Order: sequence, then C-alpha cells, then structure tokens
Amino acid sequence: MKKSILVLLAAIGVLLTAAVAAKDVSLLNVSYDPTRELYRQINTAFAAQWKAQHGDSVTIQMSHGGSGKQARSVVDGLPADVVTLALAYDIDAIADRGLLAKDWQKKLPNNATPYTSTIVFLVRKGNPKGIKDWGDLVRAGVQVVTPNPKSSGGARWNFLAAWGYALKQPGGSDATAKAYVKELFKHVPVLDTGARGATNTFVQRGIGDVLIAWENEALLAQRQLGNNAFEIVVPSITIVAEPPVAVVDSNVDKHGTRAVAQAYVEFLYSPQGQEIAAKNFYRPRSPELAARYASQFPATHTFTLSDLFGDWRQAQAKFFNDGGIFDQLGVGS
Amino acid sequence: MSAVMRSRTVAWPRRLVHVVLIALALVFLVLFLLLPLATVFVEAFRQGVAPYLEAIKQPEALSAIKLTLLVAVIAVPLNLVFGVAAAWAITRFEFPGKALLGAFIDLPFSVSPVVSGLVYVLLFGAQGWFGPWLDDHGIKIIFAVPGLVLATIFVTLPFVARELIPLMQAQGSEEEEAARVLGASGWQMFFRVTLPNIRWALLYGVLLCNARAMGEFGAVSVVSGHIRGLTTTMPLEVEMRYNEYEYVGAFAIASLLALLALLTLALKSLLEWRYGDEIAAHAPGGH
Repeated sequence: MKKSILVLLAAIGVLLTAAVAAKDVSLLNVSYDPTRELYRQINTAFAAQWKAQHGDSVTIQMSHGGSGKQARSVVDGLPADVVTLALAYDIDAIADRGLLAKDWQKKLPNNATPYTSTIVFLVRKGNPKGIKDWGDLVRAGVQVVTPNPKSSGGARWNFLAAWGYALKQPGGSDATAKAYVKELFKHVPVLDTGARGATNTFVQRGIGDVLIAWENEALLAQRQLGNNAFEIVVPSITIVAEPPVAVVDSNVDKHGTRAVAQAYVEFLYSPQGQEIAAKNFYRPRSPELAARYASQFPATHTFTLSDLFGDWRQAQAKFFNDGGIFDQLGVGS
Repeated sequence: MSAVMRSRTVAWPRRLVHVVLIALALVFLVLFLLLPLATVFVEAFRQGVAPYLEAIKQPEALSAIKLTLLVAVIAVPLNLVFGVAAAWAITRFEFPGKALLGAFIDLPFSVSPVVSGLVYVLLFGAQGWFGPWLDDHGIKIIFAVPGLVLATIFVTLPFVARELIPLMQAQGSEEEEAARVLGASGWQMFFRVTLPNIRWALLYGVLLCNARAMGEFGAVSVVSGHIRGLTTTMPLEVEMRYNEYEYVGAFAIASLLALLALLTLALKSLLEWRYGDEIAAHAPGGH
C-alpha cells in the first residue's frame, strides 16, 4: 500500500514537471467573472500575433472570479502576470502590497482601461412597468435588483451611477443624491453579494422589475438566455464603468515575462483587440470601432468616476468604507 | 422497518400518524432531494445531447475532471492510511491526549470548509507564515495542486476514522491478542485478523470520503485560484460556468458529479444489500 502511494506521488510529480516544461511562454491573466469569452478570443488572437512576430508560442491561462476575491488571491500569491479586474480599487489593493507601482493607472492609455462599459437597466419583455430612467426606479410598486456595494465591485459602479444621476438633476446636491439613493435601496428586495447572484435572482428566480447591470453583462445575459425574455433600457445619464488592466510588476520580473505581458495589455488597445472587445459587448476606446459598433451601444450622456468622485480611493472612503454613506443609509436594517 | 410492522397491531389514530409521517418524509425527499437532482439532468440536456457532449468535451472540462480524480486519488488513500492508524491508536491503546486526538479528528466536520481553506492561505499564502520561505525556494502550495490536495485531505479526514472507531471499539482486541499469542507478526495480525473484521466499515468510509473529496467546494475554492485548466476542479468549474451564464455547461458538469454521487450510493447500497448481515453483525452502532 505504502509503496504504491509513493509510486503514485512520484508519477504525479513527473507529470506536473513535464506539463510545465512543455510550454514555451506562459502568462496568467487573473480576471473577473464575465470576461471568459472576451479573453478566450483575445488570447487566441494575441498568441497568433506573438508567434508571428517572435516565433515563440505563448499560452495564456485564465482565472475568473469576483473582482475583489481575485485581487485578494493575487495578494496571497496567485502568480498573476496580468490583472484585468472590474475596478481600479481592486488593483490599488494589490499595489498597496507592493506587487505593482502605485501609479499603475498612468502606465497605459485611458486610465489603463482599454474598453469600458456603462450602467444600464435590464427589464422584462415589453417593459411592463414603463421604466425609462433612474427616476422610474423609485416609483411605487417598482422592485429593483442590484447587489450589495459593500461586497460587490460591480455594484459600486451601480451605486455611483445612481448617485451621479441625482447629483446632475436640477438643484442636485449631495443631500438630494443621498435621499434618492436611500429611496432607491428601499426598492431593492434582495441585496445579493455579487453581480452574478443579482443577475440570477432577476433572471432565474424572476424577482424584481429592473436589474441594474453593466451593459456588457446585460447584453451577455440577453444573448445567453435568449433575446425574447428581456429588454435593455439605457437611462438618460449614467457612469462610464472602467474595468482596468495592469501588468503585475513583481510577478513578471520573477517569471521573466515582462515583455510578453506588456505586449499583451497593449494588444487590448490595438484595432484587433478593440474589435474583439466590441464583439464581446464592451465599448471600445477607439473612435473608429466605436463608430462601427454604434448600433450595439446606444448613445447616452455619461460621466466618469473622476468627473464626480475623484479617484477610487476617495470614492471608496466616502461611500463604501465602514461608516461611509452606504452604511448611513441604513439599508437592510 | 420494525416500527411499520408493529403498526399493524396498533389502533387507528396511531396508524394515521404513521401514514402522515411517512407521507411527509416522502414529500420532503422528493422536494429536497429528487427534484433538485432531476433538475440537474433536465437543465444539462435542455438543448439536447450534442451541446451536453460539447460542454463536457471542452479541454477545460476534461482537465477539471482529471484534476478532480487526481485530487481524490491522492487524498483518499492518504486518509485511508490515516483513518486506520488513528482508529487503531484510539481503540487499541491508552495514551495521554487520546481524548484530544478523538476530538481533533472531528474538527474538519465542525469547522466551515471555507475557514479550513483560509487556514492554508494564512499558512502558505504569500502573506502567510511560510509564504516567503516557500516563495524563495520556488515551492508552490496555494493556488496549485498541492493546496487543493491539502484542503481536500483536511475536509475528508474524519470519514474513514469515524466509520472505524465505533466498530473497532465494539469488536475489542481479543481476536488480535489471540493471533499474537498464536505467533502472528504484527502485519500478519493486521492483514489476517483486523482488516477482515473492519473491511466493510473501511470500504464504506472510503466511499464517503471519496464522494466528499470529489464534491468539495468551499475549502478548495479558497486555495484554488481558479486557474482554468490547471487548478479548477469540477465543482469550481460548475460555479464558474454558472457565473458566465453557461447554464448547459454548468449543469453538464454538475450532472457528472451527480452521477459520481449516484454511483457511490449504488455501490454502498449494493454492499449493504449483499453483505447487510455481516455489516450489521460487525457494526452494532453503525448505519
């Protein structure tokens, strides 16, 4: 018995070593949940380009999970060469541990965000409650599904979009915004911990009249679940959701993969990368591609995080840290 | 069974209570066990057989299946050895700390699997106690196969020992002592006397241990890092696909897990049916 276990362990060891040795270059991209299809296509295209230019084959491994959890894993030693997460705050958390430079967001164009999304509403077929804009969400009898901004990165964008809408109304101020958001959360029957949980609550369990969601996720859910059950409503004004990307300095230096990791994130800005992003429902940064995919992404007034809230550290401290504005709303108590 | 037999002779109201209780139990079983199980298969085949097979044939799915089996193949034998050794120590010897050992064996049952996963991250993660040392020596535990194996061993540790301890306690050590007196060596005694006596409980413990090893989610999720094709076991792959709105894929893999569970159940039932008397004779306090 003992001997066979030893033999087994040895065999496993050999297999693992062989698997590692067989690869040419290998990158690990630690990403958040709904980017699987996007990066499957990006990885194939990038590997082909890299092979053509350098003759090396590059294998890109993917890890997907909730954005905050993924950041935590990288801090705990998940050897990410590249991180592609839902909000800058999560990459800031990795930078705080010294794994990448604090000014990482200045190292790539457009705030290190090669593609964007925006916050929209997913409603049931025919829009029975007549939801057109943020104001309709707080009408009597309307139930809204959005995850808990304390635990979900995606939901923080939702929260800030709602806040920004109220702020931008005539006579808007922090006080009116707070009153609006407080009223909005009174219409939320279930506060899921993550974006995917909220989508499943709305789609699978049939709870609520409106799901506040990222546009790319709403389009993805619509495609995956059939086009007939849901409609997307783009509000009059909304936030530009910026899911940033970064090379993890200390990991690429350790792995000797800096050149290929840098080329990988830059590829996201190339025409080919931008087109793949657009096909996967992210709004491309490139004006030419934005124009070509205009029918998929309805025009709307938008504001960015920095327009209204400064940077993510400031927004986090003001709204979502313990004792911040979200806690003051008394949601769920 | 005997309760039902006795009920034939009791008065009507009591009989009614029996019927109601049985009906309740059945409804409960159907609602909470059979229906979800059926849902898994219905959802998996919602779009037909071809998408089902397609979802399972993807390299990511195949690697998740391989990894799940690999982890079980390492964790289960180790826990078999540990379980037998621990049960042996506890039932055959007196030593200080015996009660403590017994309590520690149950620890994985009482601790949330997520916590047990986090413990390994705190020990071996980059910010953990041994993290920097492991990193300097290029040893990967967390977010690699060893971490998955460790976490799985931890959560499945009690199964074999817990099956064996009551049985070995009840059996006592007379037969083993007789074997030693008749001149058997330690190993001879173990393989010819002890092992035959405990074989059914052992097999049962291994089956349960294996089922849990393949199905474990919480602890494994914490230490996995969710690297597709490398550190993603079947339960994790199910979650990831569900989160990507790939319901057919998620349920297809879930159906494989369910099949493995059903297979375990069938094996267990077969054992009980075929060797029921023998098992009952050996396990007075058993199942």
